[in-house]
Amino acid sequence: MSLLKISDLHVSVTGTPILKGVNLEINQGEVHALMGPNGSGKSTLAYAMAGHPSYEITKGKIEIDGTNISELDPNERARLGLFLAFQYPVVIPGVKVADFLRHAMSNVRNPDRKEGEKLIPMREFRKELRDQMSELGMDLEMARRYLNEGFSGGEKKRMEILQLAMLKPKFAVLDETDSGLDSDAVKVVSEGLSRLAGAEMGVLIITHHERLLEFNQPQFTHVMLAGRIVETGDASLAAELHEHGYSSVRERHPDVAAEEVVEAV
Amino acid sequence: MSTKLDTNSENEKVDIGDYQYGFHDPTDKYVFTGQKGLNAAVVAQISEMKNEPAWMRDFRLKSLEIFEQKPTPQWGGNLNEIDYQSIHYFVRASAGQERSWEDVPDDIRKTYDRLGIPEAEKKFLSGVKAQYESEVVYGSLQEDLAKQGVLFTDTDSALKDHPELFREYFGKIIPPDDNKYAALNSAVWSGGSFVYVPPGVHIEFPLQAYFRINSENMGQFERTLVIVDEGASCHYVEGCTAPTYSSNSLHSAVVEIIVKRGGRFRYTTIQNWSNNVYNLVTKRAHAYEDSLMEWVDGNLGSKLTMKYPAIFLMGEGARGETLSIAFAGKGQHQDAGAKMVHCAPNTSSRIISKSISKDGGRSSYRGLVKVDPEAHGCKSNVVCDALLLDPKSRSDTYPYIEIEDNDVAIEHEASVSKIGEEQLFYLMSRGLTEAEASSMIVTGFIEPLVKELPMEYAVEMNRLIELQMEGSIG
Repeated sequence: MSLLKISDLHVSVTGTPILKGVNLEINQGEVHALMGPNGSGKSTLAYAMAGHPSYEITKGKIEIDGTNISELDPNERARLGLFLAFQYPVVIPGVKVADFLRHAMSNVRNPDRKEGEKLIPMREFRKELRDQMSELGMDLEMARRYLNEGFSGGEKKRMEILQLAMLKPKFAVLDETDSGLDSDAVKVVSEGLSRLAGAEMGVLIITHHERLLEFNQPQFTHVMLAGRIVETGDASLAAELHEHGYSSVRERHPDVAAEEVVEAV
Repeated sequence: MSTKLDTNSENEKVDIGDYQYGFHDPTDKYVFTGQKGLNAAVVAQISEMKNEPAWMRDFRLKSLEIFEQKPTPQWGGNLNEIDYQSIHYFVRASAGQERSWEDVPDDIRKTYDRLGIPEAEKKFLSGVKAQYESEVVYGSLQEDLAKQGVLFTDTDSALKDHPELFREYFGKIIPPDDNKYAALNSAVWSGGSFVYVPPGVHIEFPLQAYFRINSENMGQFERTLVIVDEGASCHYVEGCTAPTYSSNSLHSAVVEIIVKRGGRFRYTTIQNWSNNVYNLVTKRAHAYEDSLMEWVDGNLGSKLTMKYPAIFLMGEGARGETLSIAFAGKGQHQDAGAKMVHCAPNTSSRIISKSISKDGGRSSYRGLVKVDPEAHGCKSNVVCDALLLDPKSRSDTYPYIEIEDNDVAIEHEASVSKIGEEQLFYLMSRGLTEAEASSMIVTGFIEPLVKELPMEYAVEMNRLIELQMEGSIG
């Protein structure tokens, strides 16, 4: 069984420290929820895990099965089985979804593949794509569209889940995949995720919504405040936070709460 | 329902450097190599070698005078370093034009084999002209097209075999005094394609011309004339390559097109000259009532290209469209664009230009939209997008608009984007290397144009772009 381990992670963005010592362990097969107020560092953690060049790891490390991935390029992390579903998926004009997915899949499924080497066979790819798209209730026509170009918010999020389905990572981080979606779309995404997240996948769900967690009951709920995970509980903690917000968390951790950066309105 | 999933990213690994056509053949078996340098005697000799009528010799000599009088343009790229006296203006590599590849001299035939021309001809072309140095060494045209009266020959033969048709149109669209390089071409022109499509004839598969420079310090000056008669249609494709030499070569062509009432013509160029070639080309079309003229212009190679394919919309309802892709790599300057001149009412034009600059390369869009007085109800739409792959590279836009009528609709949009860090990160987070991700972004950037190309050329274009990108992102 694979283990994703984050130890004492400190991350800065343009010189400003955002994460101040995050510790987290996710086993394959587990579902974790990460909650916390805006600006607490949840997305920073997601980007730092995936290797965004603007997120500088100043201390600590991220390991997959003992391999420190902190210094690796994003593509090498992907090949080791890490996947980030973006909160704001990026538009790539002129690149067809199918071409992109086939290339990505070829690299991730065959981590030793070198540039220019053969892609996975078209027939195999097409069959799998067709199956996954129909499971997600996606029109096959979408595979011929340009990646995220002109997609609605719901289509973009579904496209992220499709990529998750095709790349079959060991560890998936979902960064507010439910934000900006109407309740039908949240349902589709939640059901899609619960179908995919089995014993083979460890999942970290960053969310504000209860809905996503309804279908994907977390074994662990973590609360982030001012760049640290201050509490860890079970699914009931998530429910409590939904109901009552973060004031009680702040009360329980006054020192950390004092470090919160108040967002300018 | 079944959905076709196209993918053209599965290419074989090509194990070569940046430019794959840089090889050259021996020149010792050439039939004739003219002396270097340019003067009246050289021009008269070309005319004599070709057994031309006196009017053509006089036309050439007059053009030489115009060339000598016109100053070197000081806009666009740097043309001051061209040494006209170090260039061969006429080189005859083989005795004549062959109708079978078997009869083409071995070295030359092998070159075209390497360029894939005979293979392409079998698969998807209606006819081929292969020009090697100054003259066409191979020519073919499908029999049924010949029977319908289609002419597809080299321009030298057209002067001999179809003198009346030739003289009616030659030099009428682009007269010698149009610009310095049109004058130069008019003085020393040799080879090129002559196409005539009779009224109502539709040519399904493209006609292709392939231009190859082989020797060092060579000047190639082909002259192309296309007449698409009323209600006829045709697609013409040209490709160009040359060996890589340390000294410069010059390619200066003139292309004149007439599309008559209701005719349709598309002229596609995939220019991939080596980085020592000055590519200074004048291309212009006259499009009459309800006709459609399209330029698809891909500029990948050369040291400096200055080329602005023009369409004069001469008849009511005529449409003109130019799709232009330029790729400027290290040491390259692509100064390319389009001209649309609305001379008649209710004409419409569209220019789409995409340029990519990398490794210090420079690409410029230079375009003109002109509306004559009383050309009411014209529409024109211009879109220019530039992609910069690194901070060393450069992109400029020079749009010129001259409107002399009030009732017109002109739109112009221009954008310059840097290859986005967020796009790279997104693709890389899905397992693509930085080079694969960059290449994919570039391929996507030009996709709207590439999809206009016939399949085989689209694959070729993507492959060339991938080659240009190879090893460039570090």
